[in-house]
Amino acid sequence: MLTLLVFFPLLGSLLSGLLPSFLGKKGVLWVPTILCLVSFIFSVILLFNAIAGDSYTVILGNWINSGSLKVSWALRFDMLSAMMLFVVMLVSTLVHIYSIGYMDHDPHKARFFSYLSLFTFAMLMLVTSNNFLQLFFGWEGVGLCSYLLIGFWFKKQSANAAAIKAFLVNRVGDLGLILGIAAIYFLTGSLDYDVVFNSVSSILNFNIMVFNYTVPCIEIICFLLFIGAMGKSAQIGLHTWLADAMEGPTPVSALIHAATMVTAGVFLVSRCSPLFEYAPVALNCVILVGALTSIFAAFIAISQNDIKKIIAYSTCSQLGYMFFACGVSAYSAGMFHLVTHAFFKALLFLGAGSIIHAMSDEQDIRKMGGLARALPYTCAAMWIGSLALAGLPPFAGFFSKDIILEAAWGHHSFNGYIAFYLGLLAAFLTAFYSWKILFMVFHGKPRSDISKAHESPLYMLIPLLVLSIGAILSGWLGYAMVDTHHDFWQGAILILDNHKALVNAHHVPLLVKLSPIIVALLGILLAWLFYIKNTNLASLFSNKVMFLYSLSKNKFWFDELYELVLCKPLKAIGDFLWNKGDIGIIDKFGPDGIAYICRKVASKVKSFQSGYVYHYAFTMFFGLIALFSWQFLIFFGWV
Amino acid sequence: MMTPISLTHYLVLASIIFTIGIFGVFLNRKNLIIILMSIELMLLAVNINFIAFSTHLNLILGQVFALFILTVAAAEAAIGLAILVVFFRSRGTIAVDDANSMKG
Amino acid sequence: MLPFFFYTFAIILVISSIMVIVTKNPVHSVFFLILAFFNATGLFVLMGAEFLAMLLLVVYVGAVAVLFLFVVMMLNIDFKTLRKGMIKNAPLGIIIGGILLAEIVFSFMGMTYGVANQPGNELFLVLAEEENTRALGKVLYTNYIYLFQCAGLILLVAMIGAIVLTHRKRDNAKHQDAVKQILRHKEDAIEIKKIEIGKGIL
Repeated sequence: MLTLLVFFPLLGSLLSGLLPSFLGKKGVLWVPTILCLVSFIFSVILLFNAIAGDSYTVILGNWINSGSLKVSWALRFDMLSAMMLFVVMLVSTLVHIYSIGYMDHDPHKARFFSYLSLFTFAMLMLVTSNNFLQLFFGWEGVGLCSYLLIGFWFKKQSANAAAIKAFLVNRVGDLGLILGIAAIYFLTGSLDYDVVFNSVSSILNFNIMVFNYTVPCIEIICFLLFIGAMGKSAQIGLHTWLADAMEGPTPVSALIHAATMVTAGVFLVSRCSPLFEYAPVALNCVILVGALTSIFAAFIAISQNDIKKIIAYSTCSQLGYMFFACGVSAYSAGMFHLVTHAFFKALLFLGAGSIIHAMSDEQDIRKMGGLARALPYTCAAMWIGSLALAGLPPFAGFFSKDIILEAAWGHHSFNGYIAFYLGLLAAFLTAFYSWKILFMVFHGKPRSDISKAHESPLYMLIPLLVLSIGAILSGWLGYAMVDTHHDFWQGAILILDNHKALVNAHHVPLLVKLSPIIVALLGILLAWLFYIKNTNLASLFSNKVMFLYSLSKNKFWFDELYELVLCKPLKAIGDFLWNKGDIGIIDKFGPDGIAYICRKVASKVKSFQSGYVYHYAFTMFFGLIALFSWQFLIFFGWV
Repeated sequence: MMTPISLTHYLVLASIIFTIGIFGVFLNRKNLIIILMSIELMLLAVNINFIAFSTHLNLILGQVFALFILTVAAAEAAIGLAILVVFFRSRGTIAVDDANSMKG
Repeated sequence: MLPFFFYTFAIILVISSIMVIVTKNPVHSVFFLILAFFNATGLFVLMGAEFLAMLLLVVYVGAVAVLFLFVVMMLNIDFKTLRKGMIKNAPLGIIIGGILLAEIVFSFMGMTYGVANQPGNELFLVLAEEENTRALGKVLYTNYIYLFQCAGLILLVAMIGAIVLTHRKRDNAKHQDAVKQILRHKEDAIEIKKIEIGKGIL
């Protein structure tokens, strides 16, 4: 019965998408929302069941039965998927409720809600999958819905381009994922999680030769899977789509690009922890990529001026944290941060949406200021979210961020220390840009006309309230996830005994424990200096470090680099093949060529119709003679 | 030369006249009236042919057909001349050499 | 006796046919055509088809050739320009004509022709003592009645066609249109004016 929770969002999506007139103007909003709410209640029940130890798999039916490849549709409800289900359904339901208020003026509400529910369904399929192929189905589904939702206002050219960019960059990651899945099938002969994870020990000895180096296959598999995760979770290199994805409506950003889709990568790595644990090189790779991403994105965020873009880069940075947590084998810490991050990042996004709504679709923070009096609830929500993001106690971020940094320290390896210091620096920058937003939007003198700014309707405030409560409490309540004394995850996450990072995390020196708080406070202080005390300091400072400032502002010129190295050559090749190959060869010898020959032959034949009567007479006559001669020759036997 | 006149003689004669008619069409492309007269010659040759065979085979059928040919030839000459008159009215000349406005 | 007449008629026929095509003056062409028809008539009589011979004379010479003559004389045709370029077409014509003649002649040299007396052919046999006219009449109005009527229709159509083609309205010819006359209204035709005594109408 509880398994139906996976299908309620699908039902809502189909009803809203295919029968909007049947549901009516109100129904099209509320039916998906209510269905998501029911799914959420079920997911809560499921979570409690799972905590109590009740995990099971429901097999829905057969999918592929071809030779040795047997794949079935099956839903797996263990601790990991139950936790993800809870997070996904909670944020999704809240975003549905929020959208009722936010999309009030939009004429295409039905389509929006349909896509939101469809996305939820795809995410649920991803999370509850029991085999890699179903995971891939959900993976692609969320990619598709991301495209549909980013390009929701498809009449805007920039939205279209952003949607395509997101889809394509995701595709690059998906290539790695597909190759990884294929490698898994090739080596283990199955795609079911249970079978694969149980047979890991048997494939540890397989090696392949790459450029004269012997590489264990398990490393290759994990590396490929991680590439897929990089694409979906916008890690450095495949991150370019996340900032542009802010073209979509704000509820979309909150749902997809904060809480759920981008965390699918982290989920994948955690789910495949039985594989990753045996691939130390891949894990190191994960640590480095995660650490680099966290500092890289935070560095870019400090010079941005669009409120949604700052929060997007913040997401990118926090995902880096989650990844390097997984890299040091502290998957639980990564998942913990995933859960708390979902709360406060969704809160920040929805709050930003509230601000944008109040400022009549203005998104540039340089044009805001002094809104605290006009938007009290939003201000409070944003403060709570930022405090949680910065990692100040007793908010949620403190617990999860701290455990990650402690685990990085506790890994006691070169990469771990690098991750720790970079993470610390990123925490400093995180606090800085978070308070930059707060000070520039809510405090100080107004920089533009804010007389029309009004607080959001109730539909938009209730989710803010719920998420605020979550942002405060989820840290306390979720700390059990990273408690090493008893296995919260009940075997869903495998950590080998010799990977002691999480265990060591609980025993690090006090300075290490306190350092994130110290740097966060320093960041807040710096932000206060720059944006409240002396607003000229920011521009003075940026002029001093012009190179660093432009590096940050131009996003490390990644977009330009990709354009130059990848897009232009590929487009040139494509154009060449199109012009010379398709048009020049295939069309020329095919349809165009035949048409040309037809025309030529026809014009030659046309000349027979000269219009001269005597030509016609002669033609008749010659024909007659020819026939006659032929008969003649046949008669005489000469032919 | 003084062999009894057999069917062959008539047939040779008819074919000569037919050829002369065709030669006339070839030669006088421009002159529509001569073309029409050449057609009459060809029809005459065919008539001779039919009558010759009718006599030889002792059947009246050939002459019946020759009668119909005569009818049709007369009708065709009338229409042909009517067309010629109209053509002359609109063109002012009966040179059909350059008449190619029906070309495809 | 017969061969002499045959050859006379044949040779004059051939010569006049050639002259039809070759001669400069179109009226002469028509005359030579008439001469050709006359000789053909003679040939027909020799072959025993006297009715057809006379028919040839009446229809062809009396009607068709005269029609040609009318047209030649009515139209003001400049025959000099029409003869230009005639010579350069001649060789090709002679070659083609020669080939055709050769083939036709070869085709019936040494041929055996059909047998006359077949069963069922009785009606069509030409009896030696019967006139040509009677023989034709026996067959034409009985077996070939439909064809006969068809021939009549063809002539009707030809007549209608010729009239339609050459009929033209003359703009300055005056004629009455009864319908227009009857449909005229008093208001269009008459205007009644009251005139005072001593003053004119203007």
